[in-house]
Amino acid sequence: MTISKRRVGAIFRKELHEYRRNGNIIYAMLVLPLVFLIQPVVQVFTLSASASSGLRHEHSLLYLLAIPALVPAALAAYSLVGERLQGTLEPVLSTPVRREELMIGKALAAFVPAVVVSYFVFGLFVAIVELFAQPGIAPALVQGPELIAQVVFTPLLAIWSIWVGMAVSARTRDPRTAAQLSILVSLPTVAITSLLALGVIPAILPVAAGFGAGVLVLDRLGLRMATAIFDRERLVTSAK
Amino acid sequence: MALELEMSLAKPATASNEVRPADAALSVHGLTKRFGERVAYEDVSFDVGCGEIFGFLGPNGAGKTSTVRTLGTLIAPTSGSATVAGVPLTPENGETIRHRVAIMPETPGLYLRLSVEENLSCFADLYEVDDPADRIEHALRAVGLADRAKDACGSLSKGLRQCTALARALLSDPELLFLDEPTSGLDPAAARDVHDLIRELRRRGTTIFLTTHRLAEAEQLCDRVAILNRTLRTIGPPEELRDRMFAHTLVVRVRRPLSSPGPTFSSLPSVDAWQEDACGSYLLTVSDPDVAAPATTRALVAAGADVMSISESQHSLEDVYLEFVDTDKEVERS
Ligand SMILES: Nc1ncnc2c1ncn2[C@@H]1O[C@H](COP(=O)(O)OP(=O)(O)O)[C@@H](O)[C@H]1O
Ligand SMILES: [Mg+2]
Repeated sequence: MTISKRRVGAIFRKELHEYRRNGNIIYAMLVLPLVFLIQPVVQVFTLSASASSGLRHEHSLLYLLAIPALVPAALAAYSLVGERLQGTLEPVLSTPVRREELMIGKALAAFVPAVVVSYFVFGLFVAIVELFAQPGIAPALVQGPELIAQVVFTPLLAIWSIWVGMAVSARTRDPRTAAQLSILVSLPTVAITSLLALGVIPAILPVAAGFGAGVLVLDRLGLRMATAIFDRERLVTSAK
Repeated sequence: MALELEMSLAKPATASNEVRPADAALSVHGLTKRFGERVAYEDVSFDVGCGEIFGFLGPNGAGKTSTVRTLGTLIAPTSGSATVAGVPLTPENGETIRHRVAIMPETPGLYLRLSVEENLSCFADLYEVDDPADRIEHALRAVGLADRAKDACGSLSKGLRQCTALARALLSDPELLFLDEPTSGLDPAAARDVHDLIRELRRRGTTIFLTTHRLAEAEQLCDRVAILNRTLRTIGPPEELRDRMFAHTLVVRVRRPLSSPGPTFSSLPSVDAWQEDACGSYLLTVSDPDVAAPATTRALVAAGADVMSISESQHSLEDVYLEFVDTDKEVERS
């Protein structure tokens, strides 16, 4: 199977052009992450310097992994239903574009902004902690392994959410249902990161590695699942 | 001889009703599409020659769009076979076929937030055309939209959106172009521009499959038409369909009624029957107007009648169409 970079690029660029001019999407990409930023920031500011020793076992940073899990899920969920509703899918599907190319183009267009936003919010959080938190909090909270986990898990979670979102999107008729469904299906990964953050599951290296490997496998399966669910005829004929 | 050759180049498939399979841009045999229980179209067979403008007529819900989508590999037929632009219609050949054909769908389906140029640029890349900037400019000039390239599609009128969709379909320079009701909802001037463009495309050798329910459009543009109402009802050049369905009628108007119309008309060559209408004109059913008209004129003069006019009454494609579509309605009701 050969994938045309040019066709993938065409879809990718078109999606980004559309996002840029769609107020709703920009709003969703900014508001959702900021909501997830509030909780950890509040937590940090209510901590006194003496509490920093207890922080070693809390992994507040991992809360922020909800952002790469949920933002792309919402974007990807919209990608096929949205076009179907606008009636723009039929012309695209009548070109030589392959379904993998269409899926990858759309996935990249959800991936890039989601990862950029996630890293940005994460950086913002670290900056806030370093600058404004009580002394002692920052080194306790921002630890090497967590930084690495954050950097590695962000794209992995985003990819899984995107495939789920696109698979849902290929089969639903209503964008809102699609968004809700795909967020729902992405929740298990968010739940695991939350459990890690709360210390219920010990955030030790083997667990993290196992979780990472699991997500990686899901990511590999994801494209196959999403393309298998993709059905040209269904996407064209249920447009009305 | 030279003249003949020129004529056959100018109007490739008009001369005969049959298209030799080797020349066919499209060849369809017993094609059927059902959506569950519902029949979109059934047992449709026809050929379209290369360079032909083929009209596909039918009322709403006749199955025109479903046929276009099937031949454009967007939906799979339930049964039957077809060859599209020389390639057999099979699931594996979808991509090859989509490279050779282009569809202008019923609704333009443009990205309204994007400019005309951005829309076309996306599709030029999807078709992987060489020198996209040049192709885009060319396509926009062809539809007269060169000066609107930077405008958002959402700001265009319905006619201009239709033209943009047409430009998009031209980007890949397709061998076979499907136009699904390209002038529906356009004002007469915009529709005429589209007609001119279709003629221009034909002159350059593009085969055009045009669905429409505008009969005048089909009559003016198409080399041959087919009338579809779930099944294919008839097919042929518009003028031939008229002749096949309706006998020629001569309308004879004289100043005073003839004293003995019976003997005058019934002995004439090529006149099969006659009757007098409410206005005192005589209607002659004739098999060949070229023979009947001069003979009738001579006979009337010999009979001492004052002839006001002799004319052939024209049936339009609309009459042909209504004949088929109205019969269908009656069938449905019964
Ligand atoms: N996706 C679909 N599911 C069920 N029925 C459909 C679908 N698409 C078209 N039809 C039906 O098939 C018939 C033909 O439709 P269509 O091809 O759109 O006709 P036309 O283009 O001639 O108006 C109609 O009765 C229509 O309701
Ligand atoms: Mg239609």
